[in-house]
Amino acid sequence: MTPLLNIRNLEVTSDRKKIIQQCSLHIRKGEVHIIMGPNGSGKSTLCHTIMGHPQYRVTRGSMKFNDVNLQKLSPTERAKLGLFLAFQYPQALPGVSLGQVMRATAHSMPLPKLKQALQNALQSMQLAEEFATRSLNEHASGGEKKRLEMVQLMLLKPKLAILDEIDSGIDIDALKLITQAINEQRAQQKTSFLIITHYPRLLQHLTPDRVHIMMHGRIVHSGDSTLGKQLEQEGYAAFEYTHKLTRTLRKKQTTQRD
Amino acid sequence: MPERAVFKARKGLNEKIIQQISQHKQEPQWMREFRLQAYALFQKKPMPRWGADLSAIDFSDIYYYLKPTRQSEKRWEDVPSEIKTTFDRLGIPQAERKYLAGVGAQYESEVVYHSLQKHLEKKGVIFVDTDTGLRKYSKIFKKYFGTVVPPGDNKFAALNSAVWSGGSFLYVPQGVHVDLPLQAYFRINAEKMGQFERTLIIAEEGSSVHYVEGCTASTYSSGSLHSAVVEIIVKRGAHVRYTTIQNWAKNVYNLVTKRAVAYQDAVMEWVDGNLGSFKTMKYPSVYLMEPGARAEILSLAFAADGQHQDAGGKVIHVAPHTSSRIISKSISKGTGRTSYRGLLKVHRGATDVKSRVVCDALMFGKYARSDTYPTIKIDELQTQIEHEASVSKIRDEQLFYLTSRGVTEDEARGLIVNGFIEPIVKELPMEYAVELNRLIEMEMEGSVG
Repeated sequence: MTPLLNIRNLEVTSDRKKIIQQCSLHIRKGEVHIIMGPNGSGKSTLCHTIMGHPQYRVTRGSMKFNDVNLQKLSPTERAKLGLFLAFQYPQALPGVSLGQVMRATAHSMPLPKLKQALQNALQSMQLAEEFATRSLNEHASGGEKKRLEMVQLMLLKPKLAILDEIDSGIDIDALKLITQAINEQRAQQKTSFLIITHYPRLLQHLTPDRVHIMMHGRIVHSGDSTLGKQLEQEGYAAFEYTHKLTRTLRKKQTTQRD
Repeated sequence: MPERAVFKARKGLNEKIIQQISQHKQEPQWMREFRLQAYALFQKKPMPRWGADLSAIDFSDIYYYLKPTRQSEKRWEDVPSEIKTTFDRLGIPQAERKYLAGVGAQYESEVVYHSLQKHLEKKGVIFVDTDTGLRKYSKIFKKYFGTVVPPGDNKFAALNSAVWSGGSFLYVPQGVHVDLPLQAYFRINAEKMGQFERTLIIAEEGSSVHYVEGCTASTYSSGSLHSAVVEIIVKRGAHVRYTTIQNWAKNVYNLVTKRAVAYQDAVMEWVDGNLGSFKTMKYPSVYLMEPGARAEILSLAFAADGQHQDAGGKVIHVAPHTSSRIISKSISKGTGRTSYRGLLKVHRGATDVKSRVVCDALMFGKYARSDTYPTIKIDELQTQIEHEASVSKIRDEQLFYLTSRGVTEDEARGLIVNGFIEPIVKELPMEYAVELNRLIEMEMEGSVG
């Protein structure tokens, strides 16, 4: 089976600075992948690059979604293919409501059906109905914003949902709600997930297929869900060694080739 | 469309033309003298050297008076079919059926169509075109006319005073509440036609009224001048809201003097939207004369390529315990330019004054321009003044957020712009809000950030 998301040897540059190098990632339908890593390791950049943020340029490698080359597509087109990004810091949109945004995206859905779906999604995220009509992400708490991202995910039903630190700045109850929704989407819609997190506690609520460690713009280690436990015990320092080792090996390989 | 003018004064202006206008309207002697005195002031007054660049106006190349039909029509059936077609295109009859209480519609400088619901008449509300006001209600008319905006106020107020024609005269008796917005739709479409309408509103003690004025103009080639004067008297405990959405053709100079005086516990609200025109200079103002008076000014400006909207608001706190709020939102795009120009003045002795001024500007592209000229003159220490100003470009992050949801970039811009002006749009009557959103979406279409 060809992977849904197929990233090969990706190099990403912003302001002439390489942020991601030699990054490869394959996610199949229905799989949940988790990326962990210290601050500044390039995790958010990877999310934004997959979604098509204009600030990040792919300078090497390839990025395919369902065998379609993503690089020349606008964020709108990527979204229409079935990609979704839940933002770490969702943008406040003064005067623009969640209902309006959803109406602008879900053209095919008749309005009463959309309203009902929106209400259901808000309810399942324990958000009051008025969140549909007030300004999106404005005067909302951190936890509310994250839950609003999940509401949008539920309505848009993407094939691959990228969640950038969906679990930061929220309490344990919100975490339960969110992970529950992730598990439901995965079971019912066969949605694939790429989840960025700092906290191994997320792994208690999800059963990921793969866990990746990202450092210095590279994926330095991949494993199953036990990797989280290892990380909790040993910290990133343990992987710093692997990172250095692979880099030395690679350097050797190149020198040998020369 | 052929011009249907029955009487048309020659281009340009002199005393003889003013005499002619007055004679043609069969005005009393005092009005003729008022016009001539105003004309003398107009000649003496210098052009404003601030605000929009007005140097290209050629006063000798303008028609100052045009009368399309012999009489004001009162019934819809009597309105000439040609004019009806114009109204049809503007969607007036539909709007009327649903919302209008009375319509004073101005066609080429003269009110030709005027209907007023019976129950308003019974309440003693006078809602007629200004010429009729002068003729039929001369006593009240003369008492207030020119008292809020005297002819010598500024060059364009003087010009209007000399050549005014049409506009609305609205009188609301003591304690009467007009529960539906009163609307006047008007339109100019004769080439080089100047519009000099004059509106006078008197709200007696404890009364309330919402007056709505909407303008659309067809596009024509040479420059045109629109210079109106609006005077409003809000007596003790009365409440007046005056809403304007103007969308003049992109070659019109729109230079308007709007002023209100508010007495004890009265409320005056200006809702002012400026989309069209070549250059606009308009600063609705309120004089708060007695304790408890309140002023609210909501100003919206949109400037596309080549346009300059110099708009804002003025509040003068003459009395203590008065309050005011000015909210200005402006959008500029392409080579468009918006300026917020405001005055907040607190007289000595006007203690316990509260005022808040918020002006936000949104710009698109490299060449758009926005300036803020807030003048604040406080002669009294015991006041509470807040002033906030913000200038923003549509943030790339907002666009990315929306496009990542599958919204197209154009739609995303439209959503953000409509969100930006929402605080003002929500104050408009429904059909105007819809129309305004649509106009702005049209203006925003295909714009490249």
